[in-house]
Amino acid sequence: MNFPLLAMMIWSGMLIYWANAVYGIRIGGYELFHFFPPWFYETLGIPYRLAEGLQLHFFFMWLFAANGVVYVLYLLMSGEWRALVPIPSSFKRAAKVALHDAHIVKEKPPQGKYNDAQRIAYSGVILMGAGSVLTGLSIYKPTQLAWLTSLFGGYAWARWFHFWLTILFVLFFLVHVVQVVLAGWSNFRSMITGREVVDTDVQPADVEEVSA
Amino acid sequence: MSDEDIRTDEVRELENKEARPDNTAEILNEKRILTEPLTNADARRRMAAYSRRGFLVGGAAALLGVFGWRWMSDETKQHLLRRSFEFNEWVSQNLYSPKRLAPEFSPDQITPERVNGMEGLGEGFDPATWRLTISGLSVPGVFTLTLDDLKRMPRTEMITEFKCIEGWSLIQHWAGVRFSEIAARYVNELYAQYVSISTPDGGYFVGWDIQSIMHPQTLLAYELNGKPLTPEHGAPLRLASPLKYGIKQIKRIGRIEFTDQRPRDYWAEDGYDWYAGH
Repeated sequence: MNFPLLAMMIWSGMLIYWANAVYGIRIGGYELFHFFPPWFYETLGIPYRLAEGLQLHFFFMWLFAANGVVYVLYLLMSGEWRALVPIPSSFKRAAKVALHDAHIVKEKPPQGKYNDAQRIAYSGVILMGAGSVLTGLSIYKPTQLAWLTSLFGGYAWARWFHFWLTILFVLFFLVHVVQVVLAGWSNFRSMITGREVVDTDVQPADVEEVSA
Repeated sequence: MSDEDIRTDEVRELENKEARPDNTAEILNEKRILTEPLTNADARRRMAAYSRRGFLVGGAAALLGVFGWRWMSDETKQHLLRRSFEFNEWVSQNLYSPKRLAPEFSPDQITPERVNGMEGLGEGFDPATWRLTISGLSVPGVFTLTLDDLKRMPRTEMITEFKCIEGWSLIQHWAGVRFSEIAARYVNELYAQYVSISTPDGGYFVGWDIQSIMHPQTLLAYELNGKPLTPEHGAPLRLASPLKYGIKQIKRIGRIEFTDQRPRDYWAEDGYDWYAGH
């Protein structure tokens, strides 16, 4: 659910952005990297699809937001949030997870349903989703929701945040995919089915529910 | 200390703090045993069935999405997306309050001008013979006004954000007459739900909903940043409003018509949102 919705929002969002691509990474006056060089547009046949981008963006926004709300409600009502929200010690231990993943430290950090780095990353991505919805609303209705827009420092800043949150989503997704590939088939199976097979001390094995 | 010990210690601490001795299993493992014990082979078989089902359903949904979209005709797609614009408009209109004002800025925040969109600004236009025509629902007759007539009406100035649908924005200083002044003078009873506005040659035309056009920040503007409008900015008269995108702020206005039919709109006919409101 998350992936196709996010993909639609980003794709349609990019169709809008490409109508007037202004953002780049600049240091002082020098532009280090302008997002999407000209060859990129030409290959994908992108220019002048703003209307289409807006149509898709303002249709899928409902599904994107609804999906997020349902997920958060589920986390709250099922108590699963306990496994996801970082605990005070998470921030310290997340560093250990990173070191372990980078093969610098051998010792395996504790892994509950999610390890401490996952707790931070997955809670963070929920906040990013909320941020995208709120900055999106600020750009969408800057007069009726002027108070919200001003919270982000005005229309231009809300637009800037909205753009960078999208870039963060893409980075999150890339890291996520790499990690899933490294974690292997059994883990991917659990992500899709919400179940996993666990070898227990006592034979025979049990099928247990972990709720993905 | 092993991982398990660290976790166990943490759980004991939590239990002591929250006095919930019954939650050990939940917090310790975050798992619940749902079924009777199975043999290893049974467990694997069942898991395989679950994943088969999961991937089949997921794959089918993805294929359905992709092919459903391809199979749908362009008309159906356009219809669907237009309906979704209309639904968004309905939501906005129900939550709309004319009392909410767009932010106004101070003179030092004004940004340089930018020219965009020359539709309806063709050759052969003579500002000297220009007149504004007002007609339509509950307007007793057809009125024609000169720029001086408009300048004699109460003048309103505002420094507001001009937002282009392409994703850029400027802060500009406008001066002109509130549209609501026109309605107050030339409309007997405001029954109209919409206003249709077009250029003298009819080359560009927009439709506005009555709430947005009657808003105190919607002006019939004749000055931009302290100077009379230049031709490329829509001289002699244009709409200026922070309530809708620039595509709705028509330049070189020739005709204003009050109506209860949703008017045609230049860019909406190209697939843009008719409402395009903020």
